[in-house]
Amino acid sequence: MPTVKLNKKVFEKLVGKKLPIEKLKDRISMMGTDLDSIEGDEISVEIFPNRPDMLSEQGFARAFSSFIGVKTGLKEYKVNKTNDKLIVKNLPKEWPYAIGCVVRGLKLDDEKVREIIQIQEKLGTTLTRNRAKGGIGLYPVNKVKFPITFSGKNPKEIKFRPLEFPKEITALQMLSQHPKGREYGHLMENWKTFPVFTDANGTFMSMPPVINSHDVGKIDETTTDVFIEATGPDLKIIKQAINIIATALSDMGGKIYSLKVEIPKEKLKFDCPDLKPKSWNMDIDYINKRLGLNLKEKEVKTLLEKMGYGYAKGKVLVPAYRADIMHQVDFAEDIAIAYGYENFDAEIPNVATIGKENPFEIFKRKVAEILAGNQLLECDTYNLTNEDLQTKKMNTKMHTIKLANAFSQEYSTLRAWIIPSLLQILSENKQYDYPQNIFTIGRIFKKGKTESGVEENDRVAVLVCDATANFTKIKQSFDYLMRMLNIKYETKEAEHPSFIPGRTARITVKGKDVAYIGEIHPQVLENFSLEFPVAAFELNLSELF
Amino acid sequence: MNDLIKSLSPLEREVLPKVEDSITLKQLVKKTKKQEVEVMRALQWLQNKKVIEISLELKELVTLGELGKKYTKVKLPERRLLDQLKDKGKLTIKNIDLPKSELNIAIGELKKKAAIQMGKEITLSPNGRKLLTKDFIEEIFLSKLPKDLKEIENENKLAYNNLKKRKNIIETNLEKIRTIKLTLLGKKLIKQKLDLDLIEALTPAHIKKGTWKDKEFRRYDVKINVPNIYGGKRHFVKQATDYAKKIWLEMGFEEMTGPMLDSSFWVFDSLFTAQDHPVRDLQDTFYIANPRDAKLPKEFVSKVKKAHEKGTPGSTGWQYKWDENDAKRNVLRTHTTNLSARTIAQLDIKDLPKKYFALGRCYRNEALDWSHIFEFNQTEGIVIDENANFRHLLGYLKQFFTKMGFPKARFRPAHFPYTEPSVEIDVFHPVHKKWVELGGAGMFRPEVVIPILGKDVPVLAWGPGFDRIILEFYKINDIRELYKNDLKQLREIKNWIK
Repeated sequence: MPTVKLNKKVFEKLVGKKLPIEKLKDRISMMGTDLDSIEGDEISVEIFPNRPDMLSEQGFARAFSSFIGVKTGLKEYKVNKTNDKLIVKNLPKEWPYAIGCVVRGLKLDDEKVREIIQIQEKLGTTLTRNRAKGGIGLYPVNKVKFPITFSGKNPKEIKFRPLEFPKEITALQMLSQHPKGREYGHLMENWKTFPVFTDANGTFMSMPPVINSHDVGKIDETTTDVFIEATGPDLKIIKQAINIIATALSDMGGKIYSLKVEIPKEKLKFDCPDLKPKSWNMDIDYINKRLGLNLKEKEVKTLLEKMGYGYAKGKVLVPAYRADIMHQVDFAEDIAIAYGYENFDAEIPNVATIGKENPFEIFKRKVAEILAGNQLLECDTYNLTNEDLQTKKMNTKMHTIKLANAFSQEYSTLRAWIIPSLLQILSENKQYDYPQNIFTIGRIFKKGKTESGVEENDRVAVLVCDATANFTKIKQSFDYLMRMLNIKYETKEAEHPSFIPGRTARITVKGKDVAYIGEIHPQVLENFSLEFPVAAFELNLSELF
Repeated sequence: MNDLIKSLSPLEREVLPKVEDSITLKQLVKKTKKQEVEVMRALQWLQNKKVIEISLELKELVTLGELGKKYTKVKLPERRLLDQLKDKGKLTIKNIDLPKSELNIAIGELKKKAAIQMGKEITLSPNGRKLLTKDFIEEIFLSKLPKDLKEIENENKLAYNNLKKRKNIIETNLEKIRTIKLTLLGKKLIKQKLDLDLIEALTPAHIKKGTWKDKEFRRYDVKINVPNIYGGKRHFVKQATDYAKKIWLEMGFEEMTGPMLDSSFWVFDSLFTAQDHPVRDLQDTFYIANPRDAKLPKEFVSKVKKAHEKGTPGSTGWQYKWDENDAKRNVLRTHTTNLSARTIAQLDIKDLPKKYFALGRCYRNEALDWSHIFEFNQTEGIVIDENANFRHLLGYLKQFFTKMGFPKARFRPAHFPYTEPSVEIDVFHPVHKKWVELGGAGMFRPEVVIPILGKDVPVLAWGPGFDRIILEFYKINDIRELYKNDLKQLREIKNWIK
């Protein structure tokens, strides 16, 4: 989750109230943001991904001030209309949209410039998914001339000096030489043309979503008026981005001016940004029923206002910077937060349902209890393992289901049988007293005719290990289990490369193969560096049940 | 004194009379003709009875090595060469009858002793002739072994140093020398008649024939420590999960079980998790290489697709193009909520209200360290009830955690793509006096419920991790210990008693 860092003094000024530290911690946590730390003057807060509007100091302070009741209610943002144009045409199909606006009258200093860059970066990693879903750029207005055009160009024709770079280079050079080019260049792989902003003089301003021009695409503390753009494949997302940045800059003291955006291909012409609140229907009964409350309309209005909404006659006014409202349940949550999770009266309703344990789970528990009663120690093992342990060390071959993206070779395969996991346990416990008689119940995975194409079975494996471990002992253990479960079985001679020939058997129940039993082959013992004989069985419980 | 005599075991009775003051264990073993462990056991018992005292001294003892033992039989190589020279007078190197490995050593040693003269042929020197009838210092030294390292002096020291440089002739071992002393009590005891006719083990014959009636029983030392035994037992994680299951059963929940390897459809899409959500990234979720894709449940695909793209009634949905191929990808479940989705999909609205729970393994693509684990347990619950509300959700959770031993629970706002409102559960740790974060809960969004159930019925849902609770109960700090299977730990760890 992204973290915003706030300066406590600036934050308090924006909020309009100073809270004692404990209260501050509590309120931040109970607003639905995760307090990371407060150290000295720095407050660090984690923001959930549904609230990108809180990724700026201004956005977070706006929400918090309202939540603690200082400046509640819908905050209106005025947009001054202009006729300056942004023309969007001839773009690669992967990056078809651009919108933008202008904010004037900013008084910036070092701190504020850093803050603006922080918003831009945080939105880039979260809302626009590391720029895959959009790019955001800012330019000093005095360095560019409207109308501005966003269009696709042949990479060979694109040439400018990218940010913090010593000289002018071509688009392709930017991808290989500029750090941002190397970081984000993969997004433009196989694009027929590269999208660029150019101004009325034909000056290259930037090449989204990778890099801005050093000459015209860089704001600093002398900048007062900025042109903000957002581009990408998803118009909805880039509108959210513009709304969030424009309102944050307005909260910094700027005035918002609109642009006329023209997208001829889609016959679209509109003024941007549109910061009018969206009106949503809300059914108070639905909200009360969901939350188990009995709120009156007036109370609902107050609670909504604490969360920055407006409310009038059954309609909720949603501020333009909110990107997460999909359904009235989203209001239910915000009303619950405003009401205070700590103020809900937790209750267990009087609903008669009958508890029921899964019968197979009962069966597995019984098996474990019988084995534990027979002096066996239960182990608990990972289902993830590796091919080497499953096959090579066991002297055998079998098909295993593998992960596509394992983090290590050691845990890269789902197990096809369980005895190897238990042999590994014995090999790691040689320093302790013998006999070491152990068992585990675990899952195995093999190809099968299920929805996923994989069949999962639960099996039990038992190993006995000491100087006298042999077939008789393991057969006794197996026989005891089956007698206690009241299951009749047949034993057949069998061969298995992990077991000693002539001391290996297959067990069948009602004609189905359900288990292998025998003395583990000394070659396998050697592979596991074991010095005592081991006898083992592995029984498919899913087949028995 | 009489009780003391009656409490002597047969072994003690045999060993004690052989004890003289300051006898060593070795000597006593020889004298009693018993195994060293048996004698030692008897001595320890006698010491417990304050009859004797055993003192321990560590000595570095020089003994014969593997080659040394051989040479005491076939003589040192240099002696054999000297003997050959005595017989033949002179020898070329080729004519020396010694194995290659000993030849150089033999010549070198004799040269050091100035016993030979080297030319085209090797001949004896005057000194060599003298040595024909005199033992080398090394031979004398070897004949005196074993010997305490501290007691080696003068000529012996030289011989010892010479031999130490050669491999495997002598070795130095740390030896424990135990000396036994009789205490005053012991000195008195030893004068008594010790061979009483006592019953050692009570046998069936004694009982049957009644022969115990005119005999006395040997007295045991009942305070003695006995060797550990290890019972069979359930793994501590299983004990804990069984207990948690019991809580849900008592509260009227039915158990859900099902696949750990499932399609993205059931793990993510049916839970309204957008296909570009970071939780579905390769670095968070394990994907299966082969079979890569699952079959999708036809009756639900178009409904889930519509919920993502355009929403359910009253909802805008995520508004993106939902890709069936992404939904097909097989994954290891990242939560047991796939079981909740599957369960709701099978429900008939007529059968409501229903309450279900699951407790099982889940997976996340995470390297292993003390606080991160790629296989973990989750305890899942859902309540599907027309009248269920947020207060009930908090009620069920509070009850569960109280029964788990955390009566103080705190609920904070949180965010999950499939619940609204969403809750983060903290419990107050009674020992550490701090809040411990245990995981998430909420009410399923209508966009989750409508496509799989057909109607916007409130569904309470939770899925806190369970391993943290287990760690707290057993006071384990390192999460890797849950599946380490250290047999000593498994044998000794306390039982889950709740």
